[in-house]
Amino acid sequence: MKFSYFPGCSLKGTGKAYEESLLPVLQALDIQLEELDDWNCCGATAYMAVDEAKACILASRNLAIAEKMGHQELMAPCSACYLVLNKTKKYLKESPAVHRVVQKALGSAGLTYSGNVPIRHPLDILVNTIGLDAIKKRVKRPLKGLKVAPYYGCQIVRPYATFDSAENPTTMDRLLEALGASVVRFPLKTRCCGASLTGTLPEPGLLCSYIILKEALKRGADVIATVCPLCQFNLDGYHDKIAAKWEPVRIPTVYFSQLMGLAFGIPAEQLGLHRCIVPMKPLPELPAAAAPKAPAVAA
Amino acid sequence: MELQRTIKYEADRVKGFGREIMSVPGCEQLESCIQCGTCSGVCPLSIYMDFSPRQIMAMTRSDFKKEVLSSYTIWLCASCYDCTVECPRKIRITDIMYELKQRAIREGYAPKGFATPALARSFYHMVHENGRVTESSLVIKMLLKSGLSNALKTGLGMWRLGLNLIKTGRFSLKQETIRRKDELAQMMRIADQSDIDRLNGNGASATSEKGAHAQH
Amino acid sequence: MNHGKNNGEEIRIGFYVCHCGHNIASMVDCAEVAKYVEQLPHVVLSRDYKYMCSDPGQELIAQDIKEHNLNRIVVASCSPLLHEHTFRTAVERGGINPFYFHMVNIREHNSWVHTDRAAATLKAKALARAAIKRVAHHRALETKRVPIHPDVLVVGGGIAGIHAAMTLANAGKKVYLVEREPTIGGHMAKFDKTFPTLDCAACILTPKMSQVGAHPNIKLMTYSEVTKVDGYVGNYTVTIKHKPRYVIEDLCIGCQDCIPACVYKEPKFPDEFNENLGKRKPIYIPFPQATPQVVIIDPDTCLNLKTGKCKKTCVEACGDKKAIDFKQQETFEDIKVGTIIVATGFKTFDATKMPQYGYGIHKNVYTALEVERLVNASGPTGGEIILRDGTHPKSIGIIHCVGSRDERHNRWCSRVCCMYSLKLAHLLKEHTGAEVYNFYIDMRTAGKNYDEFYGKLLDEGVHFIRGRVGEVTDWAFTPEEEGHLVIRVEDTLAGYVRRIPVDMVVLATGLEPQEDAQEVRRLFNMSCGGEGFFLERHPKLAPVNTFTDGIFLAGCCQGPKDIPDSVAQAGAAAAEALVLVDKGYVEQEPNTAFVIENECSGCKSCVPLCPYTAIAFDGSKQKAYINEALCKGCGTCVGACPSGSIVQNLFEDAEVFSEIEGVLAE
Repeated sequence: MKFSYFPGCSLKGTGKAYEESLLPVLQALDIQLEELDDWNCCGATAYMAVDEAKACILASRNLAIAEKMGHQELMAPCSACYLVLNKTKKYLKESPAVHRVVQKALGSAGLTYSGNVPIRHPLDILVNTIGLDAIKKRVKRPLKGLKVAPYYGCQIVRPYATFDSAENPTTMDRLLEALGASVVRFPLKTRCCGASLTGTLPEPGLLCSYIILKEALKRGADVIATVCPLCQFNLDGYHDKIAAKWEPVRIPTVYFSQLMGLAFGIPAEQLGLHRCIVPMKPLPELPAAAAPKAPAVAA
Repeated sequence: MELQRTIKYEADRVKGFGREIMSVPGCEQLESCIQCGTCSGVCPLSIYMDFSPRQIMAMTRSDFKKEVLSSYTIWLCASCYDCTVECPRKIRITDIMYELKQRAIREGYAPKGFATPALARSFYHMVHENGRVTESSLVIKMLLKSGLSNALKTGLGMWRLGLNLIKTGRFSLKQETIRRKDELAQMMRIADQSDIDRLNGNGASATSEKGAHAQH
Repeated sequence: MNHGKNNGEEIRIGFYVCHCGHNIASMVDCAEVAKYVEQLPHVVLSRDYKYMCSDPGQELIAQDIKEHNLNRIVVASCSPLLHEHTFRTAVERGGINPFYFHMVNIREHNSWVHTDRAAATLKAKALARAAIKRVAHHRALETKRVPIHPDVLVVGGGIAGIHAAMTLANAGKKVYLVEREPTIGGHMAKFDKTFPTLDCAACILTPKMSQVGAHPNIKLMTYSEVTKVDGYVGNYTVTIKHKPRYVIEDLCIGCQDCIPACVYKEPKFPDEFNENLGKRKPIYIPFPQATPQVVIIDPDTCLNLKTGKCKKTCVEACGDKKAIDFKQQETFEDIKVGTIIVATGFKTFDATKMPQYGYGIHKNVYTALEVERLVNASGPTGGEIILRDGTHPKSIGIIHCVGSRDERHNRWCSRVCCMYSLKLAHLLKEHTGAEVYNFYIDMRTAGKNYDEFYGKLLDEGVHFIRGRVGEVTDWAFTPEEEGHLVIRVEDTLAGYVRRIPVDMVVLATGLEPQEDAQEVRRLFNMSCGGEGFFLERHPKLAPVNTFTDGIFLAGCCQGPKDIPDSVAQAGAAAAEALVLVDKGYVEQEPNTAFVIENECSGCKSCVPLCPYTAIAFDGSKQKAYINEALCKGCGTCVGACPSGSIVQNLFEDAEVFSEIEGVLAE
């Protein structure tokens, strides 16, 4: 199975551990990716706050490139990218006038956008296309005894996603259970982490992260699993400040793909786990599993 | 103690402002707001807002333009879309917040020395120039932009984070760019020429006092 | 096509244009219209008059017919829906056939929708001219009378169905009351008290239930469903399915000796009547006052019906009465009735569709209907408020509008939730002494003594917070929240977002159409509004009628309503049915279609097209035949007939074409 792949800026920057873990995991499941040629920033939330129309052009350039590459579906692992691309797709469908201008702009680069590329999150692909049974078969080192708080954040379930409930998503819960982990009931699974406010308005921004970390600890979780580079950054990066302001709430936050990698028997160092500021405790040693070859991505 | 008048006279309204916002595609549903407060009830940031999202909806509809555009509320919106999903009237509140943010920046209402609009602007320019964002350098730029004293205050508190990011190999000052920068620039020029803003209802604002967009 | 009857006769037309006060006269120059029509061919007399529908207006027509020997009448006024019947009667009083009359709508079709007086006057003239040309071709027609079968079917045994059935039975009519549950009583039987009087629901309902059970004029059919409806007003044949309850109704005396005898010593299975908060055995009676007083066996849990291996201690206990019959099968029965009252009720919104309120996730989140059982003395806890986790609540939050007034679920206001929430607030406070919070969007207490009840609750110290709740969650932030459910809401009147810890949450779930409303709609040939409730013929003037003659609506199947409104509507539906039954016949509009036999080619293309199955094919003659009693005059067959051999009264070619010529002429 082959997808076009839109990594987005974060997966090449502060969120590189997400890509580092996602690629070998997908490879282990025979999913091939082809990275969009010369992709650009999706626009995220900040761009839209300045100029929504140009944000549309920005996002649609990526969609047009995906169309040109000719694969059926586009995978976008970053929550913000996933939302913005889906939002743009919907917006262009609803506003033909804007679509025409976008088409004209794309045309100047020999691109065109027809609106047909499905934009999918890896979680959706893994659980709904590959299936939990296929994933279970790959598990070599079940995450037995590991208590995980599943944290989805906002933007993959709201408001454009269709693969799960906006209020009580369960896709990652089921995936983690398939890996053998025990999933704690986490009522804050879709609550905002504070997003970019953690940097710009620390008081309210960090409070959002603090609440999530504190509750995960209270629920007895060993680790928080996330799907979003910004969530990971916020939940992992500000422990000092949170401790200074409120109380220490040290709990590691990792990508679901890192936990998958561990369960698949891929060595931690090949999953970017060393990039966690709050490190995750190593899993108890189990019979060694053969490490897969280094992942290759066609660029 | 200094008392402030809180009564609003008709002259305090900028008539047509609400209608203008509600004519933007995606913002139309605001007309049917029943002021139930669900948006504020679910908003994780509402506890720090000067006006609750519900109040912003009511104030927008009632043309209190200055009050809305200079509020902190719109800059506290983290775009989590919880309000949009939960609104029983299907009002796309997050999109309305975006619309208000754009206008606040364009018409000079965005609070000065407030880092959120500064981040939005820095982000915008960085993407405009390079096609991609490099988060580390973005943060530094944004800190400088939000005023020196602020930058010192926030920046000093951030040094541990910076250090941690360097230690874990997540910090980079190398600016990421796309290869075909010209292509993107050309596309943006076409957008400017095509008056996409007006198509989008974003353009010449009948209620714009500064006349910044008078050419439309 | 003119069928010759009127040939040779001199046509003498009287024309009347009505001012309708200012409704028409303000936009149409009525005097000028009258003057214009006066000079048209065959017009003997033309008048304008302020209110044609008034007694003097009608009398004018009757007198003119006699004095001027008129034989055709045209009135230009409002909608025929409103006054066609009025004027036809006046024409008949004048001594001529009422179908020599034609009505022109110059109000809805003209004065109310135009703003240019000159143009509107011109249009009125054109419409009048068309009518004058048309009416010349009218023929005398007879209204047919169809006899009405005097028996009535009531579908649904909730309070609406019970009241309708009792009213009819007390009037001496024979009533079949069909209920699909094992007992009548509906939702009301589950309620504890009723607002705003706080009288006990069972105390006022159960006497009515037993009267129904004992009434000589009521044939009660519980655990039964209507599966087929044939026929037309006055003559319906209805097929009823009796589901097997594995107990012979006529033999069971309601002693209930079988229940303690069941091999299951303890009740083990979720008790539907108690909203699954309590337990019952496989053999049970839904509640103590159930009507009929007959037990029922649930095949899904009965050991014998499931496995065939059981000591059948129930049969033993039943002894000589021999009422238990494990071999019972479903049976079908046809009944004949003249009229039908549909009172199939509602269902409550499924609270699991809003996971943010935690129903099914947090133990102590309840629906309002569950709380009705919880506060009820005959409920699963004997009226004591013991929560699912075994505790007694010290604070309770009642969330209004759950599933109502919500574009994502149901748009409508469910009308009863504000009041039942107030009632539950009162009862819960009375039972527990807890702090009770109501979270509402708007307080809707418009009913007799309803707002006074709201005032009483305010006096009782119940808290009212205006705001729709964002979420109910179990994560605590402050020490006082630990171990509680937390309600997050904007107190929109105070202007603060608040977090309020409570021990119990009550969801005021809204009312929505029954799951199978669409099937029932098709069964009875009714319409549904956009929200799925059955549609009344007119929201103001025919609120219990449907678009199918002889079928009436009562209760919440037509839309959310409280008990007083349901009962009032049930009475109205019964009265409407009585009108037909006591009159003994219905008059049918003669605008029916008929086949000119000589011209029919027998192609049968009309037969499947008829939406009322009024067309049959006579095999011996090889001709189509239209049953006048079933024909509604829709005209579908007339348009479809390839040989033009179907004609519809009042819409004959000559009438229609001359009307078109009249409109187009200068």
